Amino acid sequence: MTASVDMGVQDKMINPEKSEEAKLKARYPNLGNKPGGSDLLRKRLQKGQKYFDSGDYNMAKAKIKNKQLPTAAAPEKTEITGDHIPTPQDLPQRKPSLVASKLAG
Amino acid sequence: MAGAGGGNSDVQWCFSQVKGAIDDDVAEADIISTVEFNHSGELLATGDKGGRVVIFQQEPETKNQPQCRGEYNVYSTFQSHEPEFDYLKSLEIEEKINKIRWLPQKNAAQFLLSTNDKTIKLWKISERDKRPEGYNLKEEDGRYRDLNTVTTLRVPVFRPMDLMVEASPRRVFANAHTYHINSISVNSDCETYLSADDLRINLWNLEINDRSFNIVDIKPANMEELTEVITAAEFHPNQCNTFVYSSSKGTIRLCDMRASALCDQHAKQFEEPEDPNNRSFFSEIISSISDVKFSHSGRYMMTRDYLSVKIWDLNMESRPVETYQVHEYLRSKLCSLYENDCIFDKFECCWNGNDSVVMTGSYNNFFRMFDRGYRQDVTLEASRENSKPRSVLKPRKVSTGGKRKKDEISVDSLDFNKKILHTAWHPLDNIIAVATTNNLYIFQEKLN
Repeated sequence: MTASVDMGVQDKMINPEKSEEAKLKARYPNLGNKPGGSDLLRKRLQKGQKYFDSGDYNMAKAKIKNKQLPTAAAPEKTEITGDHIPTPQDLPQRKPSLVASKLAG
Repeated sequence: MAGAGGGNSDVQWCFSQVKGAIDDDVAEADIISTVEFNHSGELLATGDKGGRVVIFQQEPETKNQPQCRGEYNVYSTFQSHEPEFDYLKSLEIEEKINKIRWLPQKNAAQFLLSTNDKTIKLWKISERDKRPEGYNLKEEDGRYRDLNTVTTLRVPVFRPMDLMVEASPRRVFANAHTYHINSISVNSDCETYLSADDLRINLWNLEINDRSFNIVDIKPANMEELTEVITAAEFHPNQCNTFVYSSSKGTIRLCDMRASALCDQHAKQFEEPEDPNNRSFFSEIISSISDVKFSHSGRYMMTRDYLSVKIWDLNMESRPVETYQVHEYLRSKLCSLYENDCIFDKFECCWNGNDSVVMTGSYNNFFRMFDRGYRQDVTLEASRENSKPRSVLKPRKVSTGGKRKKDEISVDSLDFNKKILHTAWHPLDNIIAVATTNNLYIFQEKLN
């Protein structure tokens, strides 16, 4: 066994974080060096999907018909501008009566 | 060692109840977002992503089963918050309940504060078990009687009726937060409470909803210089002038409201020094504190960061007095946890009634308890497979080395979609509430 292989194994054991960091940088070479920096924080402050206007918002709501599985990741949300200009006929009717929580069932 | 709790290493935990739907197809609205016992432990409140609150009440102990503590059954449920649309910013405001905090009980009614990202509401939950009957001018169904048929006069009386529990919003505290509210905390003076968002903390009077005082503001003049955000805040349990707030950089600041109106200057700053040689891309992210809780005694506080739970003595700012590893085996998985955003999961933590044991959640529906006195820890699982009444929970183990023993689960087999972020411990007894994605599990100490 060569000395360099030994060193590699030892390194990973001493600092798994650093080897994980190397893995990440290998996959995303353009990743900035300030992980907790303002980019990440500002993305956090702006949590919440932006819509072009309230009509667009109602259109998007109408599309979410089926139940969604909870996901671990909140996907990167790009600006949503809607597929077309909503007209009164397109907008959904008043929200249906609220469903009770299944915990109370 | 089968369990940890109450300072007695022989505590065993049993399944008691599970609430919620069994099917795997989870609607987003059913995701539980907060769990909180009231001060007596008789009531247990949950909030979910759909803006709904469900309150469970413990049944009184029955004479024929004195060894079995009462079950929790539904007491009240209501829609606390609804989705809103901010027209000015074209932003959706989620109805998800971020936190629920109970007020100490002062009269027959119960009060709680519930909050979403922008608005805090004070709810009154009251019981009605009598109704007036025998009106002169109205029939029992409310229709007015023909006055010609009224020949006698009588005094209406209150008669018992089936118990009705009503929830009504008494105050709405709105428009005080530009950023997303992450914490609310009722002061021990029972008159004020604080609400914290990413950059500011406000102080409210429970009676006054059109005014609040800003007590902490960490917003930089130039947003490009933003380096940290507020992640949690809490009032001291008995010193009404003291509160703490935690940050995304792993520091906790303790403030004294007697010092000045604006508490930007902290009275104490708690931070564990970091070895610069060990610093990596992930260091700051995993040091971000997701929860801070004072002990009941007020002498200690506990913080939760991504991989550990730390206990701090308020008299020592330089480092925690105790550190417990929740799931250290994840340190060698940080790359994938960053890619799937799990590294940003916000786990909460809680103390037991006498501050001898602390609890927090993990992945794969595992949760961990650390007994501070006996220096023992245990990993338990909330799953439907262990849900036979009064069945004892078996400790779980994650295998980290190459050899996996029977009954152990390997790190790569953990389900990172099954996360336990919210747990609560009854203030007096060994009863715990553990929330999986959409189910609420109640476990109790095995009593012989």
